[in-house]
Amino acid sequence: MDFILQGTAQALELLFSGDPETYSAVAATLTVSSYAMAASLAMGIPLGFALGHLEFAGKRQMRLVVDTLLSLPTVFIGLLVYAFVSRQGPLGEMGLLFTLPGIAMGQTILALPIVIALSATAIENTDAGLRTTLLSLGAGRRHLVTGTLWEARHAILAAALTAYGRVMTEVGISMMVGGNIKWHTRTITTAIALETGKGQFATGIALGLVLLAIAFGVNAGVSFLRRK
Amino acid sequence: MKIQFTACKAVFLGACILMLMCRPGWTANPDLLMATTTSTDNTGLLDYLAPHFTEATGIEIKWTATGTGKALELGKRCDVDVLLVHAPDAEKQYVADGYGINRQPIMYNDFVVIGPKSDPADIRGKTTKAALDAIQASGSRFVSRGDDSGTHKKEIALWRAAGLTRPDKASWYIQTGQGMLPSINIAAEQSGYILTDRGTYIKYAHDKGGSPPLVIVVEGGDMLRNQYSVIQVSPENCPDVKADQARAFSGWMAGKQAQQLIDGFRLLDKKLFISNADQ
Repeated sequence: MDFILQGTAQALELLFSGDPETYSAVAATLTVSSYAMAASLAMGIPLGFALGHLEFAGKRQMRLVVDTLLSLPTVFIGLLVYAFVSRQGPLGEMGLLFTLPGIAMGQTILALPIVIALSATAIENTDAGLRTTLLSLGAGRRHLVTGTLWEARHAILAAALTAYGRVMTEVGISMMVGGNIKWHTRTITTAIALETGKGQFATGIALGLVLLAIAFGVNAGVSFLRRK
Repeated sequence: MKIQFTACKAVFLGACILMLMCRPGWTANPDLLMATTTSTDNTGLLDYLAPHFTEATGIEIKWTATGTGKALELGKRCDVDVLLVHAPDAEKQYVADGYGINRQPIMYNDFVVIGPKSDPADIRGKTTKAALDAIQASGSRFVSRGDDSGTHKKEIALWRAAGLTRPDKASWYIQTGQGMLPSINIAAEQSGYILTDRGTYIKYAHDKGGSPPLVIVVEGGDMLRNQYSVIQVSPENCPDVKADQARAFSGWMAGKQAQQLIDGFRLLDKKLFISNADQ
């Protein structure tokens, strides 16, 4: 038990003493999660909008597929991505194995279903009268889209934050695709796994708290941006 | 007020983006990717050697620590440039199969069986064969890596040499599927016996302040020798491999400086590895 207290003290020490190993892991975590979020939002919001707004044959089945993909295990994604980016895999030429962009690729696959499913729900839940109102105001197709998205912005932001939480905390993809290479692909979560494995529980707890501190920072930032 | 606040937001957002873009890029040094066993990483040996290697050659080395089985597989698939592993039989086969070249012995230590001080199976000082017999007969807990690592391969060989079938499904036989230090920690929690290389055990004892709950009960004998070697991934099998840097690493590890550094790497006043490139 004592390692929890010890870890808390160590977390503060790591953060304020500018421990280079910790900051390297923090930078790796922030970099991959930013890449992954940018990619999954760029693809996921339009797809989520289509899924929530449009009527088309097979929509329910499509929804079922997306909802199922919410359960994709991270180690399985890691294995899939490894198969593709290994030098003998179809994307082997790009040299993505053991790199941050490689990890980001896997995390994008992890985040995409979350962004799609939750933003589709957000669009579906916009006021039923919104479409009529927008049309009666003489909105064209483009305004209908932007108007609906604007109306659902808070729910979409919540979707993004949910996906961000999942991406930042996953360990399976980072471990399998990144290889936990010190100074390069060691993220906070793979560092926690390593320290715990080595029996350095206090360091593991400290890194966990560092991760939470970052999550707090991101959420505080978003909350600041949302203020009217 | 309203406009000021919006401007404030814009500045904040801009600063966030700038911060992300300005993170240090990749180093310009030619780098080398190695797959290695968990013992060389867990003990801290590589952290200790890497800066000296970079200083001597200008090559930056990156490594991923995994079991020897997976390390060999990564080399076979051309995902790494060089290997530092410890399963001589599997390595010789690997080189014979054309996946690796220039197997260079670097250092050795030995395997030891460690267990609780109370020694429930009463194996202290016995031969490995007698010890495994006694463990099986008494049904005392035994922790196995179970991950196709060099240590796991050695353990399987020991059961076979003792003329016993490996107790795959026995309730007292615990297969962790994890690295060396994690497995030792599991053995300590379970009060079980475990086979480990001496280097990792010394590191474990050091982490426990010199008085670990698990102590060495069986040691010695040719069967327990643990040889580490560097193997370069074959450029014929993998044309893109960084063959020059891999050769430089192999040569440096076998050279005088690295060999002396390895012998100087001590914890609790004990050598974790003993250099033997010249043999």
